[in-house]
Amino acid sequence: MHYDLATPVTEAAVRQLRINDTVTLQKRLFGIRDATQIALFDRGRTTRLDLAGHAVIHTAPNVRKVEPCADHPVGYAPVCIGTTTSMRMERFTHPLMKDLGVRIIIGKGGLGPASLTAFAELGGVYLAIIGGTAALETTWIEAIEDVDLDDLNPESLWQFRIRDFGPLLVAMDSHGGSLYDTVDRAARDRRAAALAALHVAR
Amino acid sequence: MTLRIDPARVEEAAKDLYVRALKMLPPDIKRGFDALVARETDATAQSVLGVMVRNIAVAERTDNLLCQDTGIPIYNVTIGRDVVVDGVALKAAIRKGCERATREYPLRSSVVHPLTRRNEHTSCGEGIPVIHVDFSDGFDGLRIEMIPKGSGSENNSWLRMAVPADGIDAIKRFVIDCVLDAGGKTCPPTIVGVGVGGTADLCVHLAKRAATRPLGTHCADADGAALETELTGAVNMLGVGPQGLGGDATAFAVHVELAATHITMNPVAVNMQCHSARRASAHFTETGVTYGF
Repeated sequence: MHYDLATPVTEAAVRQLRINDTVTLQKRLFGIRDATQIALFDRGRTTRLDLAGHAVIHTAPNVRKVEPCADHPVGYAPVCIGTTTSMRMERFTHPLMKDLGVRIIIGKGGLGPASLTAFAELGGVYLAIIGGTAALETTWIEAIEDVDLDDLNPESLWQFRIRDFGPLLVAMDSHGGSLYDTVDRAARDRRAAALAALHVAR
Repeated sequence: MTLRIDPARVEEAAKDLYVRALKMLPPDIKRGFDALVARETDATAQSVLGVMVRNIAVAERTDNLLCQDTGIPIYNVTIGRDVVVDGVALKAAIRKGCERATREYPLRSSVVHPLTRRNEHTSCGEGIPVIHVDFSDGFDGLRIEMIPKGSGSENNSWLRMAVPADGIDAIKRFVIDCVLDAGGKTCPPTIVGVGVGGTADLCVHLAKRAATRPLGTHCADADGAALETELTGAVNMLGVGPQGLGGDATAFAVHVELAATHITMNPVAVNMQCHSARRASAHFTETGVTYGF
């Protein structure tokens, strides 16, 4: 099933999503990274941006400083915006959802069991984007609308205006489903066969 | 005839190579994609590989970077016979070129102080860029290879000091377990680089050299080359697939580099290269500078 969702989204909109569904996002997306979340959740810093019901993407973009204008309201033009490995930020999923009201996390490589629990309890979802395809991803971003915590640049809290952002794959849902768990279990089940092919005892 | 290397030209090349590497995927990697697409049997994996191939075309069409991760800059310098170069000036020029690429393009500086996490926005810092200098016989001029090494794959690096009694089985088992643990975090399909032998530091260095070697090249040692073939087959039986979402295409290849080791040692290291397996090179000869991969 494919969904076209404009952010912010409701809990019901997120709970209808199941693994292997696809989603294209419209309107607004926030960029966060390791340092952003360390600042917000370990160091007690706050943001004036409202992330309630929104989607965040694990990113730290390449940007160019320009004179602020209608197209670039905060003086940043996008150069290349992609996605980083999510798993390093596993412990921030719960506070992102609980404290800031985030509903959708976009990343690559998947998140772990704590995130899956948070998605089920609080109503959230993980959308897989294809890592390393930033040139394509950049074409889905219209503008950098706002930025906060910019002393952390490039790991600032970015607000992007997006159009037809996707399709993205629902890889973890609010019903306990995780494509990463499924693939990992199947791969570990094949370990013995791979070792046998290498003439190695388990 | 003696070739004199002008540091100013090295600086320009170091700058150009960083941007070039970030934008243009080497032809051997593109062919690697073709081969994976041709034999992939999983529908999701086919679609994931399709997006990756499309991204390469979009990067070329829009003259953009392939991936947002500008990586840790690595410069491998190979110097042939009859080359006169001021080594100190060469290293300074590479550093300056790397810094200028970052400021002038501008590129995201992905390099921070390891304790303060301060980013100087130069892609440089203590010991960074990594610069390796080596010498080669039967080679004309001077070659600089630039590799922007992404962190998704680099964060999945391992060293195991196995013992001789564990034998080659320990090496094989270790590689399989590293690929399983990496899952989708390394941005597969990857080039799995395996270092075998040497000292602890040399073993890890060999793994990096293996991971960044062009596809279609083989370990110079016949036993190492045989191990590459065997491991490539086994790794692609696991079904991790592109992005860890399942499928046949877990790795383009497993590459092995080896060095002699101590009678009491059996070290093995794994370093991975993501599907955005970027590199660029500049070759300085009497006729000028030629850019390639």
